[in-house]
Amino acid sequence: MRIVFASGKGGTGKTILATNLASVLADQDHSVTYLDCDVEAPNGHIFLKPVITSREAVTIPVPEVDEARCTRCGRCGEFCQSHAIVCLGSAVLTFPELCCGCGGCALVCPEKAIREIPRAIGEVARGASGPIQFVEGRLQIGQPMSPPIIRAVKRHLPRAGIAILDAPPGTSCPMIETVRGADFVLLVAEPTVFGLHDLTLAVDAIRKVGVPHGVAINRVGPGGDGVQRYCAQSNIPILLQIPEDRRIAEIYSRGELAARSFPGFDRWMNDLFGRLRSAVRS
Amino acid sequence: MVVLSGKGGTGKTSLVTAFAALADRKVLADCDVDAADLHLILTPRTLQVQEFQGRRRAHIVADRCAGCGACAEHCRFGAIAFDGPGNGAIAKTYRVDPLACEGCGVCLHVCPTQALEFSLGRDGEWYISETRHGPLVHARLDPGGENSGKLVTLVREGARAVAKERDLDLLLVDGSPGIGCPVIASVAGTDLVLGVAEPTLSGQHDLERLAALTAHFRIPMAVCINKADLNPDVASAIERWCQARGIRIVGRIPYDPVFTHAQGQRKSVVEIADGPAAKALRGVWQETRATLEAIR
Repeated sequence: MRIVFASGKGGTGKTILATNLASVLADQDHSVTYLDCDVEAPNGHIFLKPVITSREAVTIPVPEVDEARCTRCGRCGEFCQSHAIVCLGSAVLTFPELCCGCGGCALVCPEKAIREIPRAIGEVARGASGPIQFVEGRLQIGQPMSPPIIRAVKRHLPRAGIAILDAPPGTSCPMIETVRGADFVLLVAEPTVFGLHDLTLAVDAIRKVGVPHGVAINRVGPGGDGVQRYCAQSNIPILLQIPEDRRIAEIYSRGELAARSFPGFDRWMNDLFGRLRSAVRS
Repeated sequence: MVVLSGKGGTGKTSLVTAFAALADRKVLADCDVDAADLHLILTPRTLQVQEFQGRRRAHIVADRCAGCGACAEHCRFGAIAFDGPGNGAIAKTYRVDPLACEGCGVCLHVCPTQALEFSLGRDGEWYISETRHGPLVHARLDPGGENSGKLVTLVREGARAVAKERDLDLLLVDGSPGIGCPVIASVAGTDLVLGVAEPTLSGQHDLERLAALTAHFRIPMAVCINKADLNPDVASAIERWCQARGIRIVGRIPYDPVFTHAQGQRKSVVEIADGPAAKALRGVWQETRATLEAIR
């Protein structure tokens, strides 16, 4: 079972729910893998404190031009949609940071003057936090493209058991890349004007991918009931509501799991899992 | 100036709305194009709308597909599946998943029957608007829309053009979370990044990644701590970390429900309140303005 924790707005509580659910389920002898797909700002490790046993570089193949063979015909530059290779008549310039790694330039070169060399743009770390299998992607500083790192993280999805994927915020390619192929997406929303607006955007994006989804509302309190009303109107199930409580924010601030110390939090995670499981089955 | 945070939900937009009310002679830009919220507070009157086309996408015309699979074999993004409709000659054809297509064009090149089309489509729109606090340039990326970096660049350059046209000094940009493509696009050519940090271990970790990014691009950075009293120890640790790297701290803002109340009224905190949070925001703006003037 693959569950993605996502949200349109950042900071709504994806990581709190994902790490606590992983921990509570692992305590009950479920086989759990936590995959941090928020590769620009990965924070799951702060709460799960894994022992990392392997790190692999994530690379994309970028062009290297053999100047001796190149006839400056310019086919590569005409082909490249990312402007990562440009032929100026007397020289061919490459801009590896713009390259998406499609291999098209090498394919169209009539002189076979382009070979592809791997270029690191981030890494995937793997390890364990007690019984929880842990996988984390991390985008290298200054690199723009996170989807290849997310794809590399997802290559470590387990064949069986429960996979919990922590998605990056937003509604564009990194979030879409994370939710593709999921059994269920739990959208974590906060009941504020911004929270509701960004939830509606996230729902539109998830519907385009066509994955079953539901909502968890975090910090239910004085913000109003706009999120509840929206979910009712749009036929989106609400799987969990967590009240606004400064103590939970304080536990989070110290990098601790609320299920270990906040009364009732572990029960919320159990209830959530029960509802996720029946949602996936139906 | 671009307001960023690394981690989401630390209060970037709340801070920018306060600055919008306090700063003179500025243009506002919302570069968080896939979850833009600034317009919810600034309630703009839109003057100009323009369509945004992100990147080309491949599409297989089923009638021309011979089912050879060369496209799927060469696609490095797993975007082509053998589940398209039949066409009389073959029972199934290949099909491009538009959400997975990178728009590289390799499939067009390898197809022996020219079954592919390659065209730009709509990925969103962007706007030039007027608000009670001055001009605002903003955008809406369509759900799952492509190439948010390119849209950020359009918004940023659109706002720069408005500033020039109206002779305004300050371009105030609300950025997106993270440190990837849209953030990198938003900081091009900026004089200052203001990082909004929350005193949590996650907030600290992500602020450090943001600081590494601004150092990588050699952009000056200042930091303000929001919800500072949530964890004073982490707040102090962040301040010490910043000071050791020459990053100026422009103030602390308390954890206060007034931010949620202000949002509900579609106002910035400084427009509806005069308590500790509003006072802190005014102080942060003064320090930020002084930092900007020193850079100039």
